[in-house]
Amino acid sequence: MARLAGRRSLFAAPVLLAVTFGMFAIAAASPFDPVRAYAGTAALGADRQTLDRLRTNLGVDRPFAERWWDWLTSALTGDLGQSSVMRQPVADVIGERLLWSTLLCTVAFAAAVLVGTLLGVLAARRQGGWFDRTVTSLAYTLSAAPVFWTALLAIWLFALRLDLLPAGGLTDTASEHVTPGQVASHLVLPAGVLAVSQLPWFTLYVRQGVADALAEDPVRGARARGLSEHTVLLGHALRSGLLPVLTLIGSRLPELITGALLVESVFSWPGIAAATVEAATAVDFPLLAALTALATVAVLAGNLLADLLYGLFDPRVKLSEM
Amino acid sequence: MAETAVGPKWRSYGTRRRSTRTLRVRASVTLVLVTVLAVLLVPPLVQLDQQAVDLAAKLQPPSWAHPFGTDDVGRDLLLRCVYGLRVSLLVGVTAALTATVIGTAVGAAAGALGGWADRAVMRLVDTFSSVPHLLLGIFIVAMFRPGVWPVVVSVGLTHWLSTARIVRAEVLSLRSRPYIDAALSGGASRLRIAVRHLLPAVLPQAALAAVLMVPHAMWHESALSFLGLGLPSHLASLGNLIQNARGSLLAGQWWPTLYPGLFLIVPTLAIAGLAGAWRERINPRRRSELML
Repeated sequence: MARLAGRRSLFAAPVLLAVTFGMFAIAAASPFDPVRAYAGTAALGADRQTLDRLRTNLGVDRPFAERWWDWLTSALTGDLGQSSVMRQPVADVIGERLLWSTLLCTVAFAAAVLVGTLLGVLAARRQGGWFDRTVTSLAYTLSAAPVFWTALLAIWLFALRLDLLPAGGLTDTASEHVTPGQVASHLVLPAGVLAVSQLPWFTLYVRQGVADALAEDPVRGARARGLSEHTVLLGHALRSGLLPVLTLIGSRLPELITGALLVESVFSWPGIAAATVEAATAVDFPLLAALTALATVAVLAGNLLADLLYGLFDPRVKLSEM
Repeated sequence: MAETAVGPKWRSYGTRRRSTRTLRVRASVTLVLVTVLAVLLVPPLVQLDQQAVDLAAKLQPPSWAHPFGTDDVGRDLLLRCVYGLRVSLLVGVTAALTATVIGTAVGAAAGALGGWADRAVMRLVDTFSSVPHLLLGIFIVAMFRPGVWPVVVSVGLTHWLSTARIVRAEVLSLRSRPYIDAALSGGASRLRIAVRHLLPAVLPQAALAAVLMVPHAMWHESALSFLGLGLPSHLASLGNLIQNARGSLLAGQWWPTLYPGLFLIVPTLAIAGLAGAWRERINPRRRSELML
């Protein structure tokens, strides 16, 4: 298992190199001018000479491949550059916000997997029944609903109409300290909305997997042996029906990050994703590049995790052959 | 279109199951038709100005005069939604076509050439798939903002990957068919085989991917617009409408948020239902309940 992880990390390195190189290439091809971004409104009145001097000082008159290499070598030492919109080093921005994003994504993902599996099994138990039809139609509708829209409606319902939960932020505006209780109550809505947006896929996949497994010979055999319906459903059908879900965990990760991006921005959650939007609005290249690379690392790690889980749960898969 | 649903029986649920499927296809067809007709016919036929500001009638809840209510400057939301859908659909279709053309060309080239070219292209596709689509889209839009084309290009450039994979797999399975061997032994050139024999055979799959991509592209466009990075606000798409409604929502008015979202969901479901039926038709063996 350690060998697989090591080999995958080796494969991840060229992917990261290509992705960051691509970002520098896109930036070089775009009309975006780092000097003007750096100088801001001061660039409007500045003469050409000053701008050129600034250009040389910032090192942006060199070809983009060279700048990419500089960025890469300093990134390896932990220096990701200076964020102009946050007015602090990029590494600090990430360090401050990573915890909150991870918290949100983990809670939402765990909830989506657990509730999705539960609903999927219940729906597959009686295919075509009223519960199955309700769950399936709801799942399709939810999968088509934009997550920022669901988030806004959730704010309207739970924060404004029912006044049950806070509408956004990490803590109440009045409180000065970040306490676990405050964070928990502020986490419910964003994590809930994010979980609901990921739920349909898990529900539908589990339902399909369990329904397929219910039609197979081992289940027929188990029923013939007189095992209880409970044992058949959970011990036989669910176990083989869960395998496609493991693959789904890896492939849904990019969507989870996408969803988190929108949810964080709706709920003013002080995470990585909200910073991405700010960086994009202000065209803060160092921050945007670092965050895109970070999301890529997260996706690659998720794929590795899914493969490891697959090897762990399916004895037919040999990790040494992956 | 209704006959598409009548095929071999699915499992053993008999007529009731089949009627649900027929109903689903019929509903999807109707909704897609209504959407297309509304988007094409309402602007020229209904001579109403969607931008007409009427401050006396601002933020009115849904009523007979304004079925969807009015927004914060008194514009009729039903009209705004139809126009928004028009913009979103146009951007979505353009972006989906861009992505499909790129994806089909890359996938077909990789599959037909084989060898190191195939490996290199597929590595590239894998690499790009590791970046979350919306994030890459945001990156491209941020660099080339503002305007309509950056949005179309960013959605097109991030969505060709799956089409390339599908088309390549299809080409690989076609390459070993006898009729390709026959064409080869008949002395046809590689280019001719690719254009005359491979491309027409993968077109149904590519077209299916393109249709399924339209809602996806619309979703991406609205997400970008919602974040304030997408279309300029005078070209109000559904995402812009939801973004503009945020202020009213926090003041308790739900309708400016609710309806643009429904305008996104309904066409998405209708297209998914239609594409599901189409997929079963061109590929009846791999029938699955999962339409997405």
